[in-house]
Amino acid sequence: MSKRTDLLLSIADDELILGWRNSEWTGIAPFLEEDVAFSSIAQNEIGHARALYELAAAELGTTADELAFDRKPEEYRCAPLVQLRRLEWARTIARHWLYETADEIRLAAIKASDDPEIAGVAAKIDREEAYHRMHAEMWIDRLLASGEGRARLNEAMDELWPYALGVLDDELRPELRRRAEERLGRALPDAEPVPRDVHEAELGELWEEMTMVRRSAPAGSQW
Amino acid sequence: MIYEVFRQERKGQPFQHAGSLTAPNERFAEIYAREQYGRRQESVALWLVPREAVSEIDDFPDEFDLKYRRVDGYSIKTRLREARERAGTLASDESA
Amino acid sequence: MDTRTQEFLEYVQSGGQVETGDWMPDEYRSKLVKFIEMHGNSELMGVLPERDWILRAPTLQRKLALTAKIQDEVGHAQLIYRVVEDLGKPRTACLDDLVSGKAKFHNVFHYPTRTWGDVGVIAWLVDAAAIVSQKALLKCSYAPYARIMKKICWEESFHILHGRDVILAMVTGTQEQFELVQEALDRWWEPLMHFHGNPIPADEDPMFVWRIKSQGNEEARQQFLDGYVPQIRELGLEIPDPALRKDEETARWLFTEPDWEKLRAVVTGNGPASAERLAFRRLSREDVAWVERVVLAEAA
Repeated sequence: MSKRTDLLLSIADDELILGWRNSEWTGIAPFLEEDVAFSSIAQNEIGHARALYELAAAELGTTADELAFDRKPEEYRCAPLVQLRRLEWARTIARHWLYETADEIRLAAIKASDDPEIAGVAAKIDREEAYHRMHAEMWIDRLLASGEGRARLNEAMDELWPYALGVLDDELRPELRRRAEERLGRALPDAEPVPRDVHEAELGELWEEMTMVRRSAPAGSQW
Repeated sequence: MIYEVFRQERKGQPFQHAGSLTAPNERFAEIYAREQYGRRQESVALWLVPREAVSEIDDFPDEFDLKYRRVDGYSIKTRLREARERAGTLASDESA
Repeated sequence: MDTRTQEFLEYVQSGGQVETGDWMPDEYRSKLVKFIEMHGNSELMGVLPERDWILRAPTLQRKLALTAKIQDEVGHAQLIYRVVEDLGKPRTACLDDLVSGKAKFHNVFHYPTRTWGDVGVIAWLVDAAAIVSQKALLKCSYAPYARIMKKICWEESFHILHGRDVILAMVTGTQEQFELVQEALDRWWEPLMHFHGNPIPADEDPMFVWRIKSQGNEEARQQFLDGYVPQIRELGLEIPDPALRKDEETARWLFTEPDWEKLRAVVTGNGPASAERLAFRRLSREDVAWVERVVLAEAA
């Protein structure tokens, strides 16, 4: 597998799984307006995944759907941060902000790539994610503005911090730390980043359910 | 807080009331309005207004005949016919 | 009935429209709130049977379409509860009544979804049944509700197309996929026949009398059958009612009389999935109660 494909699949898998995690709030978000907003974010992420899978698929001679669904769980390249199942709002917001920030840092590097296709998709993703960042910032501000909100958010941030570091390569991690500490107005704990090749147990369960309908018909069936 | 949302479907069209939403403040309201009224690119622009900023007026006095201010206050058919008759410019289907 | 109420009745029956601040008889207001609230509850509860399938959707395209459809339904609930709130019942009270089982929601959302076939049938036929009613509501005497129905109808039209596309892919796929659709149709036919409510004559239906609804239940059902029985049959699917046929002379559909007692039992919370769904909603509300507290608090 080429470095290019590896990169594409890492980001695509991140977006696909995170898109699913975000859409788990459908129908049960804290309030209805937020439900609708978060669902758009989830859809955008799945859309990003699709665009990235299509680039990888062209290189590998397959299709986006086959890459999204037909690999075995251990072949997915997603970061542990997106695999965690945390249907709790403070952790959801913390992950949302951490991921969007990490992704912004990552995309900035990729937009500068001399591969025009990848740079092009990265730029599109980045433009759409500007709205995700706006949403995340709004929530961080709101949570930090109340004693209870601040306490819950900080606890969530500390818990997810090692996972957030694991989203990025070594050389980009200091930037993430700098931004997160500035945002929260405090130092974040020293932590061993949870790296990409560590798969959470949740991923296997998720894969089973994600592919059950697809696997019920022969490969190549239409849906 | 309740916000009223007005949307413009295409450039040049008037802004029309599209509905209302609740949000803790304007920042949230903006995001929610985008979602509810723009996620399908169905609007080119939105106005967001706190409900309390909207005041309604719904009574208009009509004590004396004000028809002279409107098109339906004028009936020119008879006089126009007279004028055409006099000038000899009545069209053939009018002279009966 | 006092004179003022009588005049109001005549006003709405001759097509008059009512706005939020207008005087309205107590009976009209309470019937209105109950009707609109039930609609809002139905949109919200409708999300629960479908949301599981976002994860299980077999292609990226279907995943996106289904997420968008369900998102629309939450959006509709939001619009509808706003209307109820302006009539005097706050959203939290509606949600409290919903999870406690006090308030009703539409029969179809009390049933489990078992397969991807269900996903297609719901998006196509349940939404089609809904749009028949919703188009009639465009003429509701209560204007704020009629106005939001425009957006709702527009968005539902995508759902039906998406549903039909899902079904078409399966009925032109493998034999197993075809049978999945048939099996789902077999299970959903009774709820679909119940959907528009029991055949109470329009002029005995208070909702019609007050012009909250602009068509009777049986008329709605006939419209649904007219539109969709041919569409179902042309795919080679069998409708599980041998008595279903259109009488050429009267131009009316005839069918096995649905079990109306069963419908009543279902909407009062005894459907196969009612308890489980309400419990799920109750739990999620408790989990996020703190968010409301924090968000509504004044900034520190």
